[in-house]
Amino acid sequence: MIMRGEGTANKSPHPLKNWIQVLNMRKLIKDKDRVLSVLLVSPSILAVLIFIYVFIGWTVRVSLSKWKGLNPDYSWNGLTNYINLFSDPRFAVDIRNTVIFTGVFVVGSILLGFLLAVLLDQGLKGEGFFRSLFLFPMAISYIVTGVVWRWLMNPATGSRTSGFNLLFSYLHLDFLQNAWHTTPTWGIAAVALAAIWQMSGYTMALYLAGLRAIPHELREAAQIDGASEVQIYRFVVLPLLTPITLSALIILGHMSLKVFDLIIAIAGKQLPLDVPAIYMWQTTFDGLFYGRGAAISILLLISVAVLIIPYIVYTLKNESFK
Amino acid sequence: MKTRRLSKNFLYVPLIFMAIFYLIPLYVMLVTSFKSFAEVDLRTMWNLPRGIHFDNFVEAYSKLAPSLWNSFAMVIPAAVLSSALGSLNGYIFAKWKFRGADLVFPFILFGMFIPYQSILIPLVQFMNAVGLKGLLGLTLTHIIYGIPITTLTFRNYYASLPQELLEAAKIDGADMLKIYRHILLPISIPSFVVVLIWQFTSAWNDFLFAVVLTGNKDWPITVALNNMAGSQIIAWNVQMAGSLLTALPPLLVYILAGRYFLRGLLAGSLKG
Repeated sequence: MIMRGEGTANKSPHPLKNWIQVLNMRKLIKDKDRVLSVLLVSPSILAVLIFIYVFIGWTVRVSLSKWKGLNPDYSWNGLTNYINLFSDPRFAVDIRNTVIFTGVFVVGSILLGFLLAVLLDQGLKGEGFFRSLFLFPMAISYIVTGVVWRWLMNPATGSRTSGFNLLFSYLHLDFLQNAWHTTPTWGIAAVALAAIWQMSGYTMALYLAGLRAIPHELREAAQIDGASEVQIYRFVVLPLLTPITLSALIILGHMSLKVFDLIIAIAGKQLPLDVPAIYMWQTTFDGLFYGRGAAISILLLISVAVLIIPYIVYTLKNESFK
Repeated sequence: MKTRRLSKNFLYVPLIFMAIFYLIPLYVMLVTSFKSFAEVDLRTMWNLPRGIHFDNFVEAYSKLAPSLWNSFAMVIPAAVLSSALGSLNGYIFAKWKFRGADLVFPFILFGMFIPYQSILIPLVQFMNAVGLKGLLGLTLTHIIYGIPITTLTFRNYYASLPQELLEAAKIDGADMLKIYRHILLPISIPSFVVVLIWQFTSAWNDFLFAVVLTGNKDWPITVALNNMAGSQIIAWNVQMAGSLLTALPPLLVYILAGRYFLRGLLAGSLKG
């Protein structure tokens, strides 16, 4: 024991001084690490700053300019581009279509997703198989979905009937035959059907995760109290799923504001199915009306931000309470 | 109990009905793709093929092949690089928070929700100015706009790891990079799989960036397919085979790694 103590003493005659040295070293490492971490993360922050925020600012500037044609023209135009949009009949069609699309798509995906989640939550055999099946459209490009649905929703009649309309006639459900996306005014709702096909699996996944998080004791307690299966869902499960419904509403809602590729693939650039994202793209890159295109995209951004910013703030706040 | 089980079995009726609905587009794609040219007719589109023929695939492939390879050439580096960046960023935002990190983070997150139309004009101007139009510019675009979601996924994962893990390593004198390389990196493989799959799929499926940044020599497959579908000359059966070709790579990834795909999906709604 004594020997060992002497040995230590020999190596470091002033234990306290040695400790201070170690502490300084560690502080040094810590400072170095701190600088390094900022250094490593700054390229990404810079990229986001430029490619998102500076670019948004740049687009705002374009939207306030007279730029029309191939060469940039930043001469001041005030809010003219915005004001003109609100008397633009095409933009009115866009807003109508966005409202119809959002309504059908969001309500359809939430109802279908919830139904599928409840069905899959009953502990049936083959649950994993069905779950994968309902989710696979999520992996596919909107362009593929659009190209296939365009043939499924072929509006041709008589001897050229095909797609769903032909299937309906096989099943003696002829009354269901319709003009799909070529229906006046409501055509966009048919496009929303394809979007529901693609995205309802996602809502199902959200609800399934929510259902799994509900403690079993809660349902058992309700069962013991004599609640029926339906009552349990109505009074126990559904209220607990409200946050999920809210995020689904926001995520799906912001998706429908941005809908673009699906419509392009189903209908090309047909005016009756126009939405702001397509108008922006066409007027900017085909028509060279840069000022107007920028104004549309900023309105689009504002409508998305109104949904998403509170959502981000709320989610991050809740997270830090955990 | 018995009646309960019986009534449970009735639940298969709506489930199977729904399964058919989800399979219809896939069914039409498959049966049409494998029909011979002679058999192709819109009026018999629901019939099974009378044999396996590859006419449609050969035709579609001959039209889409260059774009198919363009897509691979763009998607692979985009997925790998944005995952690497996301992992490093996530590590720092979870474990090495600098002053203001919690303030910066939501601004990065917002980037994954914006409608890209709102940055499209400057993006095209910028890429033209620096001479990066085409596949290289598109790859860079996917890397940059992938930063928010990759950073978020990795941050959530690293934040779930106990701080003691790092403290122990620090006491042993490991610096920040050593901790990352020797402790965190080896256990982040599952997160890498999630992020790689997610980035692969979303870059592969993208249309908007591709259509404004590339010309017909470097179109990725989504743009080529859309143009093929828009032309009057190419028959619908070839379009179906082309659709299957376009859908196949992400579908294969989904079939092989569905579980990871789902986690990426939930991360995209900040629920991961």
